[in-house]
Amino acid sequence: MEEIIRGRVWTLGDDVDTDGIISGKYLTVIDPNELKKHVFEIALPEFAKGARPGDILVAGVNFGCGSSREHAPQALRAIGVGAIVADTFARIFFRNSINLGLPTIEVRGVRAIFENGDPARIEMRGGTVTNERTGTQIRFPPLPTHLLELLDAGGLVEKVRRELAGQAGA
Amino acid sequence: MTGNGSRHGMTLAEKVLARVSGLDHVVPGQIIEGRVDLAMMHEQGAQTVGPFHDMGAKKVWDPERVVIAIDHWVPASTEGAAVLHRILRKFAAEQSLPHFYDVGNHGICHQILAENGWVVPGDLCVGTDSHTNMLGAVGSVSAGIGPTEMAAVLALGRLWLKVPPTIRIRVRGELGRGVTAKDLVLRVLGEVKTTGATYKSVEFSGPTIESLSMPERFTICNMTTEMGAKCGMVAPDAKTFEYLQKTAKHAMHPLYADPDADYEQTIDIDVTGMPPMVACPYSPDNVRPMPDVAREHIKVDQVFLGSCTNARIEDIREAAVLMKGQKVHHGVRFIVSPASTSIYSQCLREGLIEVFTEAGAVFTNSSCSACFGGNMGILSPEEVCASSSNRNFPGRMGAKEARIYLMSPAATVATAIRGEITDPREMM
Repeated sequence: MEEIIRGRVWTLGDDVDTDGIISGKYLTVIDPNELKKHVFEIALPEFAKGARPGDILVAGVNFGCGSSREHAPQALRAIGVGAIVADTFARIFFRNSINLGLPTIEVRGVRAIFENGDPARIEMRGGTVTNERTGTQIRFPPLPTHLLELLDAGGLVEKVRRELAGQAGA
Repeated sequence: MTGNGSRHGMTLAEKVLARVSGLDHVVPGQIIEGRVDLAMMHEQGAQTVGPFHDMGAKKVWDPERVVIAIDHWVPASTEGAAVLHRILRKFAAEQSLPHFYDVGNHGICHQILAENGWVVPGDLCVGTDSHTNMLGAVGSVSAGIGPTEMAAVLALGRLWLKVPPTIRIRVRGELGRGVTAKDLVLRVLGEVKTTGATYKSVEFSGPTIESLSMPERFTICNMTTEMGAKCGMVAPDAKTFEYLQKTAKHAMHPLYADPDADYEQTIDIDVTGMPPMVACPYSPDNVRPMPDVAREHIKVDQVFLGSCTNARIEDIREAAVLMKGQKVHHGVRFIVSPASTSIYSQCLREGLIEVFTEAGAVFTNSSCSACFGGNMGILSPEEVCASSSNRNFPGRMGAKEARIYLMSPAATVATAIRGEITDPREMM
């Protein structure tokens, strides 16, 4: 994980649920590269074609609520989303996203300071989100060390792999 | 943490999380490593297999603590679903996982855990489905996780959890005729909203909760998921122990909240005189009293009685009482899907299936069925559905424009008969 993440913003509203990110009809699709073609079909239809690697999602409250499907953060990672910032997240989405190594940050009031297409700058350990167009900045409590380590490792798979390898070597 | 010896008592969730992490005391916000008592996977578990191998894991930590229950597409309705099933069967064979509820012995994963005693008081249960919260009704902490996280659980037998703050919901008053546990939980959702319990534990208590049967307690804990909760819980009592008496798969550790437990919030609800409730499009917290909704004569195209929330034998019996001798309204499709194969068999023995088929309903095999818009009973744009399930977000049951109204099983039958959203008390 980079300490400083910069990217172009896509804005979303409140209560974007996982059906809105990846519809139930794609739940038998395993390949993330196939999934990414259908991302936000319901919540933000222009996203799948217009997204560029490194883009940042900025949403309101309760982003990722609803079904536990990991397809949602998988599709977002596959399409190259660099970070997701929201006023609040639903808990399973938050865990899934961090576990996949996708920086996911809760920042109260963040939705209000961005418009679609604005450039954003995030300092993960420093705990700031800045709109580089307007200069508006919000501070946030950085993620707990445990979760920063998970992101640094690139996600849960790599973290457990190191742990198991350590046990085998001990 | 007070650190001065005057520490608070613990809530029910805190008690369980202290137990499974081997600690004397935990406080909200603390990150703990919890030993898992039961890990459950459905089709989403197929996405666990890749990460499990990528982690370098060789063996599942304890095959006796893993249940696989396929339910979303049973039997496989698409080639994609068939592939997921095959991945799971192969993994279960390789890892010698004996508790696989495959086609013919299947049911909705949470119902399989409930009726087979897989989760008992004091347990920590995790499952690859968001409605795993349902099992909190036995006094466990039961929560949904994603498949990558499940891979780590299968490898290690534990996971990190942040101890959640607890919202206590105390309920008193008697539920009136035609008013059910579903109406009660919808009423709570109308108050707590879909974000009101995010990351939190919801602990139900009070005389009304004590009076509820286990199936009814499953219904209310099931929909704490819609409140954003990590878990929903009811403290175990004589009904819990009786329910699990013959089936409990491992030792129980009944735990109770301390009298001086620290709740983040307490909500008191009196259900005396409460009418049936309806969650209107497009959110489970858009809850209105049934009489107000029924006054609008909302015509429906489809009615669904099913899902992990409300398709137990008690729900179907109650629905059959209203259905008997009546007909499904012309032009309405009424789909009834029991929550497990054993419930299906029980319906068959009691003659309930015939009650529905004679009325013009379709009584299906057990599965998640129409609830999630990916298998059967899919809605086209502009259609309206009345459902006993748990979510009505845009696109949940098919087209994003379709409108879904959530209600009790009895209300679905009344609605199927009249062809418009109907207060079930008018038919009792």
